[in-house]
Amino acid sequence: MGNHSDGSPNHSGTVATAGQNEVEKFQDPGIPPHRLRLADTDPRAAKKAERQVALLFGVSVVGTLIFLVAYFAIDLGGPDSSIATIRLQNALLGIGTAFAMLGIGTGIVHWAKALMPDHEVSEERHAIRTEDDRQAAVRIVDDIVEETGIKRRPLIRNTLLGAVALAPLPALAIFGDLGPRPDDKLAHTMWAPEDGKLKRLTRDPDGTPIKAADVTLGSAFHVIPEGLNELSEGKLNEKAKSVVLLMRLNPEELHPSPGREDWGYNGIVAYSKICTHVGCPVALYEQQTHHLLCPCHQSTFDLTQECKVIFGPASRPLPQLPISVDAEGYLVATSDFHEPVGPSYWEREQHVLIPNS
Amino acid sequence: MKALSQKRRHPLAAIALLLMGLLVTGGLYAVATTVNQAKADTTTYSASDVEEGGKLFAANCATCHGMGASGSQSGPSLVGVGAAAVDFQVGTGRMPMQMNGPQAYKKPAQFNEEQTKQLAAYVASLGPGPAIPEAGVLDEKGDAAKGGELFRTNCAMCHNAAAAGGALTRGKFAPALADVSGQHIYEAMVTGPQNMPVFSDANISPEGKRDIITYLKQIETNGSPGGADLGALGPVSEGLFVWIAGLGVIIAFTIWLTSRTS
Amino acid sequence: MSSSLTPDAPVFVAKTSGGRITDFVDQRVGGSGILREFGRKVFPDHWSFMFGEVALYSFVILLLSGTFLTFFFDPSMAETHYAGSYTPLKNVEMSVAYSSSLNISFDIRGGLFMRQVHHWAALLFVASVAVHMLRVFFTGAFRKPREMNWVVGGVLLILAMAAGFTGYSLPDDLLSGNGLRIIDGVIKSIPVIGTYISFFLFGGEFPGTMIISRLYTLHILLVPALILLMIVMHLFMVVVHKHTQYPGPGRNDGNVVGYPLGPVYAAKAGGFFFIVFGVVAIMAAFFTINPIWNYGPYDPSPVSAGTQPDWYIGFVDGALRLMPGTIGDWKVEQIWFGHVFTFNVLLPALVPAGILFTVMFAYPWIERWITKDDREHHVLDRPRNAPTRTAIGMAGFVWYCVMWAAAGSDLIATHFHVALNDVTYWLRALFFIGPVIAFIVTKRVALALQRKDREIALHGRETGRIVRLPHGEFIEVHAPLDEYKRYRLVGFESPEPLPAVPNEHGVVDRKEKRRAALSRWFFEDRVAPATPAELEAAHGHHAAPEPIETIEAAESRKTLSH
Repeated sequence: MGNHSDGSPNHSGTVATAGQNEVEKFQDPGIPPHRLRLADTDPRAAKKAERQVALLFGVSVVGTLIFLVAYFAIDLGGPDSSIATIRLQNALLGIGTAFAMLGIGTGIVHWAKALMPDHEVSEERHAIRTEDDRQAAVRIVDDIVEETGIKRRPLIRNTLLGAVALAPLPALAIFGDLGPRPDDKLAHTMWAPEDGKLKRLTRDPDGTPIKAADVTLGSAFHVIPEGLNELSEGKLNEKAKSVVLLMRLNPEELHPSPGREDWGYNGIVAYSKICTHVGCPVALYEQQTHHLLCPCHQSTFDLTQECKVIFGPASRPLPQLPISVDAEGYLVATSDFHEPVGPSYWEREQHVLIPNS
Repeated sequence: MKALSQKRRHPLAAIALLLMGLLVTGGLYAVATTVNQAKADTTTYSASDVEEGGKLFAANCATCHGMGASGSQSGPSLVGVGAAAVDFQVGTGRMPMQMNGPQAYKKPAQFNEEQTKQLAAYVASLGPGPAIPEAGVLDEKGDAAKGGELFRTNCAMCHNAAAAGGALTRGKFAPALADVSGQHIYEAMVTGPQNMPVFSDANISPEGKRDIITYLKQIETNGSPGGADLGALGPVSEGLFVWIAGLGVIIAFTIWLTSRTS
Repeated sequence: MSSSLTPDAPVFVAKTSGGRITDFVDQRVGGSGILREFGRKVFPDHWSFMFGEVALYSFVILLLSGTFLTFFFDPSMAETHYAGSYTPLKNVEMSVAYSSSLNISFDIRGGLFMRQVHHWAALLFVASVAVHMLRVFFTGAFRKPREMNWVVGGVLLILAMAAGFTGYSLPDDLLSGNGLRIIDGVIKSIPVIGTYISFFLFGGEFPGTMIISRLYTLHILLVPALILLMIVMHLFMVVVHKHTQYPGPGRNDGNVVGYPLGPVYAAKAGGFFFIVFGVVAIMAAFFTINPIWNYGPYDPSPVSAGTQPDWYIGFVDGALRLMPGTIGDWKVEQIWFGHVFTFNVLLPALVPAGILFTVMFAYPWIERWITKDDREHHVLDRPRNAPTRTAIGMAGFVWYCVMWAAAGSDLIATHFHVALNDVTYWLRALFFIGPVIAFIVTKRVALALQRKDREIALHGRETGRIVRLPHGEFIEVHAPLDEYKRYRLVGFESPEPLPAVPNEHGVVDRKEKRRAALSRWFFEDRVAPATPAELEAAHGHHAAPEPIETIEAAESRKTLSH
């Protein structure tokens, strides 16, 4: 198959061998002759098909009965009801429905196929629009326009257009209370010290505090801030921002950048669990490679490089939570995250306290 | 004594007794587990176990893990990994490894129970590490709902919410947990085999681990109430099913429907 | 006046009570006229014409099962403790929405069945809409006068996806919650207004307490109403246009050949509803869908491996996975003028879907412009007889499938024991070269099939019988086709490139030149249908003891356009 790259106008002339094709086309032989079915000629075959259809309708009746029996005879609230009971009832209800429906459906179709006339017929198509109709419609529209006088009275037309253009505005404005203004809500989490008291790192989900000694090499703790479980309102909103993954490495494997040397404690580091891509929890920690993987879109972060992105669609490293230990040996956050956690948003840059390392 | 026998009839007596019983069992249990943790564990194994294990180790494991299990280029040191690690790795057939790869696969165990125990004894004798769990935490009689919560928080991101397994980076994966014994699940949690993080008792208490095993075994025996679970892999297998089986059957019906009866 | 007229008019009096009721209604709505118009309307019959009906019937099943579910579902995000009968979640803190979904599954008889019927029917609904559109595309059914109906169909596809997604999110389990979180992340990446849209949608910060009930309103009210409206428009246009038909003897653009609506077609179509319902019921009986009890309540901390959207959103999720966020050390996310441009999310979320839907909606007009074809088409193209269009369609389909597969990259990795990263690298490459390969291969296959049709039309079918001629030559006997079968193979148009035409000023403008170039690209590789003269010649040759190979070679040289 060569390409006709030159595209010269006379070229198409050589391509168009149309004459021959247009003139000598096969003539349409018309609809093929009708073939009779067995049931059309043999009364016994017709009778057999009739019985088959009736049998299928009978199957449907059986299906309906199965459904009713399964519904009323199986008691879900019973003392010995279990998952197996639910499974059995679900299967029987389904079989019942399937028989009831397929019986009717296949019965009707079989009836149509075997016993109803199967002559193909041809129907003429009509023009979707006739020229006559078009002219009549044009006249009507002209008359209507003329009677309104809209062409002669531009003042009416223009004010109407203006009014109609503005009228939807209230419909938009009324949705103004769908949500509050974002302000800087996304920039803060529960980790910020309250009245000078540093927040302890506690276990997710039970909220018990974690001692530095508990965090052994190779372990990963899923962490929530102290007091989260006691919140009466907005618990999930706060949790959605503040969940943290706590891991311990050999201190020499960590390479903190200037200014972040004291953000960990003896090789224990805490990073936001919310992916900087679109916000899934990056919870998969590989304790030998020190990679963190997001199960939603496979962004991979390298813990030894301050959670720099090494694979996948995320662009930014996970934010680190600066931690230390308090007098009793419990891990605490020394401050809030220094940047907003989770996916990027338009105003994010204004919410970053310190520039990214 | 008489006063006591009178108070026995008190309506609260039954509750008090129950509470006492729970406290005692719980307390004893707590003592037992802490003791179990503290000891370096060689005591439960006989000297001959350790000796036999040493021989098996030298013959089968030392190529990679080095003589004295001190580790080499091709295998990590096993000093301090504990009996639990050996029982898990050897008991599930992951060790000895068939070939080097991103991850060791589960396969039929190469050693029988006795040999596994001897290997465990030997490795446990090298340094203190997690021991093989007591039967008490494996009885599958914990709180399944609590176990479910712990499982979702700590395990589901790798192993899938229905424990059907999932992918990790560069060819590694978290295996499905169906058909894995409670003991091996427990051992995996305390030892953190391969890239799995360690879930020490300070992270998830033995009671919590018991709950997790209870949960896993319960959903495994329950099965899915809705019928075949399509691998419990979520919307991907459901989508494949509706495209192949669902539409396939419907297309078969449409062909029948529009075909001409003979 | 009228009272005097009435007695004169011939009065019809029905004899049976049923007849009297019918007559009563008929006199008030004019049913007779409607029946006269439609009662014997002819519909062509072909299995590939049934997908639209599958979609319609799935939608009816969705309405029925969905209504049942609304009686028990409570879209509140208020906190509660589960008190139902599923022990592995006993007393777990969760939202009322999730708790009521669990109650539907475990404590209401038939509730689980209805949930599974609803969800399977939803997957089938979108799938059948998609297959229906593929059928329409590959057979050229979108051509004049059906371009607008093609657009309505495309809108229906988008609405079906919207209905599916809003429903997917309702149970408030871990899977749907993480799905919403991804949506939130994508919304936040929209420049300027993204953060506001997110706060307005969720009624504050994610996840808030509003989103489920808002999606519920959309899911059970607005989206189904729009779907219904579009279905009415769609079917109205089907009635106006009458159905298309495949080419064949007796079929042309001026007629429609098939079975009358009553009784055969109505019986088949009506019966087919029950069949679709039955098939969905079987799936719901034996195959679990969306096991919400496995996922647990939504909590922003956990996530499950294998968190994916339902299949129809999969291609967007896959595109999100394929996009690299960093290229070397260069971040795709850019900060310009103090604002964040999250290209690593924006591009994959908007561009592929945008391209697919724009090309899809515009395609009838694109092809119309290239071919300058303003005729009405009621006879379909067999896909092989429009090789370039078929190749374009397959290129788009493969492109979609690459992204679709990417949404399951983790499962591909675990099930075929390959590295997750390698799967992504391969799919990234296929994203670009897959459609190109698909285009070339499809076009070659279509042309080859056309040539095969020619061969069969001219020489008949191979019978497999080898005969030795008296002079020793072996030939395979070819059975000639009857004229009806032959017409099936030769009765199609094979347009040729349309050269640039000067406009009224006698100038060939640049747009026209471009059109001509596209026309050449579209039609230059063509196989002309066999003609009676060729058939004559072929028969003549057969009589002569000439090797068949040479004839065939000669013919293919002659019939190809170059």
